[in-house]
Amino acid sequence: MVRGWPMHLEIVARGERSKLWTYLSPVLAIVLTLVTAAILFLLLGKDPMTALKVMWLDPLLTKRGFAELFVKGAPLVLIAVGLALGFRANVWNIGAEGQFIMGAIFASGVALAFHDVTAWPVWLAMIPAGILGGAFWGAIPAFLKLRFNANEILTSLMLTYVATLILLYLVVGPWKDPEGYGFPQSRMFGDSANSPRVIPGTRIHVGVFAALAVVGIGWFVLSKSLLGFKLKVLGHAPRAAAYAGFSTGQLTWLSLLVGGGLAGLAGMFEVAGPIGQLTPALPTGYGFTAIIVAFLGRLHPVGVLFGGLVLALSYLGGEKAQILLGLPAAVTKINQGILLFYLLACDLFIRYRLRLVVPGRKAA
Amino acid sequence: MGGAGGVGSAESPVVRSDSNADQPLLSLRGIGKTFPGCIANEAIDLDLWPGEIHALLGENGAGKSTLVKIIYGVLKPDAGEIRWQGRPVALANPAQARALGIGMVFQHFSLFEALTVTENIALGLTDPSQRRDLRHRIVAIADAYGLPLDPDRVVHDLSVGERQRIEIVRCLLQDPRLLIMDEPTSVLTPQEAERLFATLRRLAAEGCAILYISHKLDEIRALCERATILRQGRVVATCDPRIEDSRYLAELMIGAELAAPSHGRRPDFDAATRLVVAHLTRASDQQFGTDLHDITFDVRAGEILGIGGIAGNGQSELMAVLSGEVLADRSERITLDGQPVGRVGPDGRRACGACFVPEERNDHGAVREMTLAENAFLSGHRRRNLARRGIIDRLRTLLFAGEVVSDFDVRTSGPKAEARSLSGGNLQKFIVGREILQRPGVLVVAQPTWGVDAGAAADIHQALLNLADTGAAIVIISQDLDELMMLSDRIAVIAGGRLSPPRPVGEVSVAEIGLLMGGVHGSRVAHAS
Repeated sequence: MVRGWPMHLEIVARGERSKLWTYLSPVLAIVLTLVTAAILFLLLGKDPMTALKVMWLDPLLTKRGFAELFVKGAPLVLIAVGLALGFRANVWNIGAEGQFIMGAIFASGVALAFHDVTAWPVWLAMIPAGILGGAFWGAIPAFLKLRFNANEILTSLMLTYVATLILLYLVVGPWKDPEGYGFPQSRMFGDSANSPRVIPGTRIHVGVFAALAVVGIGWFVLSKSLLGFKLKVLGHAPRAAAYAGFSTGQLTWLSLLVGGGLAGLAGMFEVAGPIGQLTPALPTGYGFTAIIVAFLGRLHPVGVLFGGLVLALSYLGGEKAQILLGLPAAVTKINQGILLFYLLACDLFIRYRLRLVVPGRKAA
Repeated sequence: MGGAGGVGSAESPVVRSDSNADQPLLSLRGIGKTFPGCIANEAIDLDLWPGEIHALLGENGAGKSTLVKIIYGVLKPDAGEIRWQGRPVALANPAQARALGIGMVFQHFSLFEALTVTENIALGLTDPSQRRDLRHRIVAIADAYGLPLDPDRVVHDLSVGERQRIEIVRCLLQDPRLLIMDEPTSVLTPQEAERLFATLRRLAAEGCAILYISHKLDEIRALCERATILRQGRVVATCDPRIEDSRYLAELMIGAELAAPSHGRRPDFDAATRLVVAHLTRASDQQFGTDLHDITFDVRAGEILGIGGIAGNGQSELMAVLSGEVLADRSERITLDGQPVGRVGPDGRRACGACFVPEERNDHGAVREMTLAENAFLSGHRRRNLARRGIIDRLRTLLFAGEVVSDFDVRTSGPKAEARSLSGGNLQKFIVGREILQRPGVLVVAQPTWGVDAGAAADIHQALLNLADTGAAIVIISQDLDELMMLSDRIAVIAGGRLSPPRPVGEVSVAEIGLLMGGVHGSRVAHAS
């Protein structure tokens, strides 16, 4: 006991993980983020309630806006489900952004190669290309980790910058639009290279449904299959995984290939849908935001679906805030950063609780 | 730091004027310490005189560690009195012990790999004023005691022996009057051990008392003037190890009243051989691991082979190679029912009929955060067909877990309870049951009853005997000699990573086992490797 302290709070270990706080922590983190955002708006001289409404409610009120939620959420969910599988097994793929870019590049390669084809749906061929590109970029950290014991956090992150530079090289070099007045971007893809819009009047495309399917598959793998079991055991207790005979190498490969492949698929749908060409503006941080999504969703595919929608809303709200309130674009990233910060802080309550210590009284 | 007044200078410690040869430096009277479920120390008397090298000898679990932790202020005794130079003292924490002049070198070091020798030592000093001139003083002390040590080297690059020197120098800087060494040679080469002995003799000659913990009889006979022998938490003898022979010391350490084999089984020496291990040699992957040397044994159907030995002599390495968590260099090193499996992993060995119970229950044999059903699936899915085409068969898994729970009387709310909610004994029963109900042809068990209450231990023993009666070959790796003598048909001892030739239990005496455990193999003396 520290003597002489006034009344204060102590952090006490619970001894076991609290189930309640596992699910309460993301909710509390979102609430705290909203409160902090309100204070920030106040300091910026805006009416906090109006600002919160503009950012978090207005985007949902129109059909088009509501649909955009799913358009923005789809890549986040696709990437985050893949990351969640790996994170479960303690494989820390931080480079989904790079895998997203590589998927987009591979898919664009197909789109540009068959630019004049209109007779058959080129976008179908872009799907495997995108997955391949992302998986290839995920395979490099897997190889480096298993062959040289190189930390995948570092290698996957650094490869993101390599991917960005490859993208820049392509759009200013070999893939530059010849009729593009020198802008660093590729030609607009042909119509057959754009994934079909499914719901008229919205931008909801095939990728949104792919994301929903991936959530279902991810849930099945994680809770029903031997593979999901192996990933969970490796994450909980690597020695038990070794005892059971689950190969760490195999599971590491798989985590990074699946994570990379899904990020690549997200990249493919991004260039084949909303964007329709390869531009340097492609990397908008989906790969990094998906890390927040994965943790907000408690590394559970269904949770990831909700987490993806929350973060998608933060993108939409950020845009609204720029247009209607004249706030800087950074407001989106700031909100996301604050959310991650609070989430990590609130996760403390899963293993610890607070205890009020009153001096002069024996602590119970 | 009361005792550290003279540390500021670079001079080496000299004989203190106040070391009074008429009274012991430290005397313990009636020290007792009880943990829930076990008496670790009971009525222990011990006197340490200035300038003596005093051995504390005993098996694992004899209470050596508890006793030195009490002396070093890590644990508080429940009963008894500690006197330091005649005055009663209460040691609330290691800092107080260090202030009196008690230093301790632990078996495993606490060093930062990325920092230099000097930086590591500076980090251990509580008083910032002591950091002045530190590099100088390290060199002076290292020179004075023949402990070659470059203060500017990064710990990462140093050998284990050099790392130990850092810990010793760290203690010597505090000007100790009593130095506790916990199994110091378990990590040293014979040459490094010789060098250490020279340093210790030198320290003792200058009046420092040394409490030397070990179970290596040869070493103690070479180094120590007095030995206190502990067994089951009590002092059984204090003697001069130089004049007693190793055999006598071993008997004192182990106790002569070991139970004879109580099972009425007569092993069939014509039965088929189910497990063969041939000339298995493997370097440990772990920093403080033990290398296995030329391990050879075989086990027949219906036979139980016991492997005894003191912890850290290669048991966990042997277990890992037998279970397939670590692969042998060649496939023929390990044969299961005639099939070479040395290069096959655990899953493949299960397919060949082998099952395993590792020593550590938590997060090795079972995953604490998972349910009993999931833990049943963990090692049982192969032999009990709990997965079909990659999909978990939940019903069969639950039924299997329920079968283990009911057959082995596991006290739990059911197969959906998490493993961590079970007591140690119950979880152990679950794990042993899970393996036995897979009807293995070969079962390798490490520490089957470690930390398990007597009732559960008896159940586990009976289950193992029953399994052997069905024609399985069983290997039990245990530090509990009573257990091994009771269950085994043949017994072997592992020491320093070498396995003695297995011998029928009836033909081997306790004293012989004790000598083997102390690393004395016939005429050869095996030091720590």
